[in-house]
Amino acid sequence: MNVKKLLIEPLRKTNPVTVLVLGICSCLAVTAKLKPALVMGASVTVVTALSNFIISLLRKGIPNRIRIIVQLVVVATLVIMIDQFLKAFAYDVSKQLSVYVGLIITNCIIMGRLEAFALSHGPGESFLDGLGNGLGYSLILVMVAFFRELLGSGTLLGYQIIPQSFYEAGYQNNGLMILPPMALIIVGIIIWIQRSRHPEMQENNQK
Amino acid sequence: MNGKRKTENGILSALEKWFEVHEPKGKWAWLGSTYEAFHTFAFTPNRVTTKGCHVRDAIDLKRAMIIVVFALMPAMLFGMWNIGYQASLHATDWPYPLGSVASWIFCFVFGFIRMLPMLAVSYTVGLTIEFAFAQLRHHQVNEGFLVTGFIIPMIMPVTTPLWQLALATAFAVIIGKEVFGGTGMNFLNPALVARAFLFFAYPTRMSGDSVWVAADFWGTDAFTGATPLGELAAGIQPSTSALDMFLGTIPGSTCESSVIAILLGAILLLVTGIASWRIMLSVVLGGGLMGLFFNLLTTLNLPLLSTLNPQLSTYLQLPFYYHYLMGGFMFGAVFMATDPVTAAQTNTGKWIYGLLIGLFAVLLRVVNPAYPEGMMLSILLMNCFAPLIDHCVVARNIKKRKKRAIVKSKAAVQ
Repeated sequence: MNVKKLLIEPLRKTNPVTVLVLGICSCLAVTAKLKPALVMGASVTVVTALSNFIISLLRKGIPNRIRIIVQLVVVATLVIMIDQFLKAFAYDVSKQLSVYVGLIITNCIIMGRLEAFALSHGPGESFLDGLGNGLGYSLILVMVAFFRELLGSGTLLGYQIIPQSFYEAGYQNNGLMILPPMALIIVGIIIWIQRSRHPEMQENNQK
Repeated sequence: MNGKRKTENGILSALEKWFEVHEPKGKWAWLGSTYEAFHTFAFTPNRVTTKGCHVRDAIDLKRAMIIVVFALMPAMLFGMWNIGYQASLHATDWPYPLGSVASWIFCFVFGFIRMLPMLAVSYTVGLTIEFAFAQLRHHQVNEGFLVTGFIIPMIMPVTTPLWQLALATAFAVIIGKEVFGGTGMNFLNPALVARAFLFFAYPTRMSGDSVWVAADFWGTDAFTGATPLGELAAGIQPSTSALDMFLGTIPGSTCESSVIAILLGAILLLVTGIASWRIMLSVVLGGGLMGLFFNLLTTLNLPLLSTLNPQLSTYLQLPFYYHYLMGGFMFGAVFMATDPVTAAQTNTGKWIYGLLIGLFAVLLRVVNPAYPEGMMLSILLMNCFAPLIDHCVVARNIKKRKKRAIVKSKAAVQ
């Protein structure tokens, strides 16, 4: 079992957001501030890792024709638990995330990993793969949210970062950063940088 | 370009040899595109293509671009004067009496001084990025930014902070253009991307009543000068006459207020054939149709729209030609919608594209008071759809001709 490969690769060369371009909806919705992005990233990581683990345990017993339904049941159960947990211990963040916690059920990354990995690998490997992909997703989420909150609100995790003297000198927060399209543009720029640093990832170089 | 190079004179060839720009591994070869750009700027390009077939035409990208800049000149010069004129109307201690020749000149100089830094920032930032990308990609620097850099300061409020202008220019050039491969590959008009960026990023500096007049000198700090569009969005009859709007002596973005100056530019563009008359005409038609439609709604006295928004009724009753006179409608129709890169390419497509720009511009202005300048958004919207329009036009044409061919071949068989 190649622990390092399973954990580290999804952060870089097989990143679910920048390479597979999955999970974009939630990436737009929850990254206006850093705190919800962190919580969302953690929630998705937990759900991906645990659902991968559970489905991998069950994989020999699941009839092939109803496997999607079984997967959904497992994921939904986990998501509801996460949702209840957030409501109990982090109510304000849970309010900010609103429906997006529930929508983790439909997150393409989770279904993708279950289908592509957990159904054909052992529980240990599946758990690590889920963990890695969840972390890869969280990494991009946090990067996007970092820039959006810093430039859009001048804060990080709610703390004022850009000093008041800047505002007095004429600096203004960038309102476009608060709007969802900017998340797409930032993800695009991340993909751009990543691909120009790794030319082997560009399609026309693979010939 | 595979070409043979003749050297103009001894000095130049000595320079080229010294800098080794044409040696593949020369000392300064990495600056090859920059050298090339300045060389072709200063001298007539002396490279000739040796292979392949090509069209002989006196007009190249450089000439086309410089004619657009000439066409923009009247609007630019008038805009400079108008910046000073608007400031003089509201300044408490304007040094010369209004209406005098001294004041006329002073207005122009004042506006010139306000415009010059904006132009400098736009060109410096934009060209730096263009040159950097050309070097990185080993492309030649092309003339695409000449017009964009000229237009960007023309469509901003005069009070736009220079750092915001720089940011918007950088955003427009990188995200609007270079990401897609540079001049000719962009699907959005870069100058409008710059404006849209500022409009959404710093709405307080791009709309409202306090940004249109350079009144921060001469002790009138908190002056508010609403544009006719702003007044109408608030449901008030515009306080300026139609003649003033036509001449352009109204507050607004720096150089887009004067319809007459823009029309002068339009004549040059149409005579030289640089811009498409189909697009200009259809944008004007589209805007007029929508204006007439709104007028019709009020004469029919439908309660529907005014119940939605009570401020709308003033706007609906506005004579349709007012839409041409206000805001950036004419500037957009003449200089922005006709951008050959981002507009539709087919002739039928140009009609559809232009008509829809006009329709949406007036629709956005009237129905959504949050977006008083509908022209920017409608051109950007139709920029996105232009390739689709072209695709449909071409597909329809192919279908039509196929049908004709089948009928003919059947007839031939019989």
